[in-house]
Amino acid sequence: MLSAKGLQQRSSLLQAVRNFFLSRSYLEVDTPVRLPVLIPEAEIIPIQSEDWFLQTSPELCMKRLLARGCSQLFQICHCFRRGERGRLHQEEFTMLEWYRTGWSYVELMAECEEMIRAVALQSAAGEDTGEGISVLWAGKEISLASPWQRMTVEDAFHRYGGVSAAEAADRGMFDEILVESVEPKLGWQRPVFLYDYPISLASLARPKKENPEVAERFELYIGGVELANGFSELTDAALQRQRFSREIDREEKRKANPVMPEKFLQALADLPDCAGIALGLDRLLMIVVGAQTIAEVLPFCEGDL
Amino acid sequence: MYSASDLRKGLKVQIDGEPYIIIEFDFSKPGKGQALYRTKMRNMITGNQFTQTYRSNDKFEKPDLEERTMQFLYSQDDEFHFMDTSSYEQIFLTREQLGDNINFLMDNMEVQVLFFGGERPIDITLPIFVNLAVTRADPWVKGDTSGTDTKPVTVETGYKLQVPPFVEEGDKIQIDTRSGDYMTRVKE
Repeated sequence: MLSAKGLQQRSSLLQAVRNFFLSRSYLEVDTPVRLPVLIPEAEIIPIQSEDWFLQTSPELCMKRLLARGCSQLFQICHCFRRGERGRLHQEEFTMLEWYRTGWSYVELMAECEEMIRAVALQSAAGEDTGEGISVLWAGKEISLASPWQRMTVEDAFHRYGGVSAAEAADRGMFDEILVESVEPKLGWQRPVFLYDYPISLASLARPKKENPEVAERFELYIGGVELANGFSELTDAALQRQRFSREIDREEKRKANPVMPEKFLQALADLPDCAGIALGLDRLLMIVVGAQTIAEVLPFCEGDL
Repeated sequence: MYSASDLRKGLKVQIDGEPYIIIEFDFSKPGKGQALYRTKMRNMITGNQFTQTYRSNDKFEKPDLEERTMQFLYSQDDEFHFMDTSSYEQIFLTREQLGDNINFLMDNMEVQVLFFGGERPIDITLPIFVNLAVTRADPWVKGDTSGTDTKPVTVETGYKLQVPPFVEEGDKIQIDTRSGDYMTRVKE
């Protein structure tokens, strides 16, 4: 549970995020939290609310707004994922999600970098040492100075896991190797973007033109913590339907009646090229204030209620 | 049955027919990936430890564990004999099974004995606080040690610990069996 000072830090962070996006002409939106149908994602389990669900992410609604003609959107909202509890997980957590048309994941990585630097400085928790801003996390000083490291998933798996990422994905070992060997090594000097994920691990991302074996997806790591996930969005409705079917097949074993999000697939026909990113705001606050567990940065966590 | 999402520190599960206790636990999940339940387990019989990562669909049996109140009777060689206070049934555990518990075990003391599979005693739980007589205490000389205001004593079980300087031979002291630390001097 947060102290008065902690609540102040959290408020400053939220304010700094809003300032950043508003100064860049983004439109803040608040889409419904309770939805009749979700994105089919086999590994994310929703919490039911009568016959509907609490959102696991605002992605469906935000992309439908882009299809209606919005060009720059951001949202700060609560998302719900059943059974996710741990040092870095709470079933209810705070998501920052933003989209921009005409961009690919390359421009979005650069903006994510600028956003976090601005927020760390403005929320007055990061320190400007003259050489740029740094944060103290898990006993290490991590510099937020530009440029942040960019590493392909394939490179990271070779370097830290001793295997090819594509092979690990084929053998069903991708997540284990990522969690046990790769993630703990990432982002201790400077934040690092992992990019270009095996195509089977990026249901909503666009395949890379030069190499269709990978998708234009990235994740941001600071101090071993996964903070954000972004892509060049897939706008091909037929391909999206195929990928959702595959997820639904995998889901059926564990969930009741997964459903194809038809209205979303219809809207996809009008979705322009765009890029989008979801960032765990509670985790960003952890990094900025040096907290070791997500519970330390929430006004209330499950155990307090 | 337990499923992986029930796993947490302190939970006891049965694996390959033996009882294990989870001594470390960490939930991890890449945002788009599978939930992974990373554990460190200790075998409650052999004490062996291992680390293992489980996935959502893994299932675990509940071990058949039961605690009974028993009285410590006597020890012979490396066997420590206990009697069930209601059925008068007698069993023993070995020195190795008892580990540090023998530092605080006195004749007639009531303890909780943990049984696995109904018949097999595997561990004991002592009362949190026990009172033991000091059998040896050297006089304290100020400035003797490097600025610490404690001195070593030996209690009737042979266990040695640090106590405040005023504790003398023949005193009874209270000890916390979880940490093995001195708590207070007991007036009789």
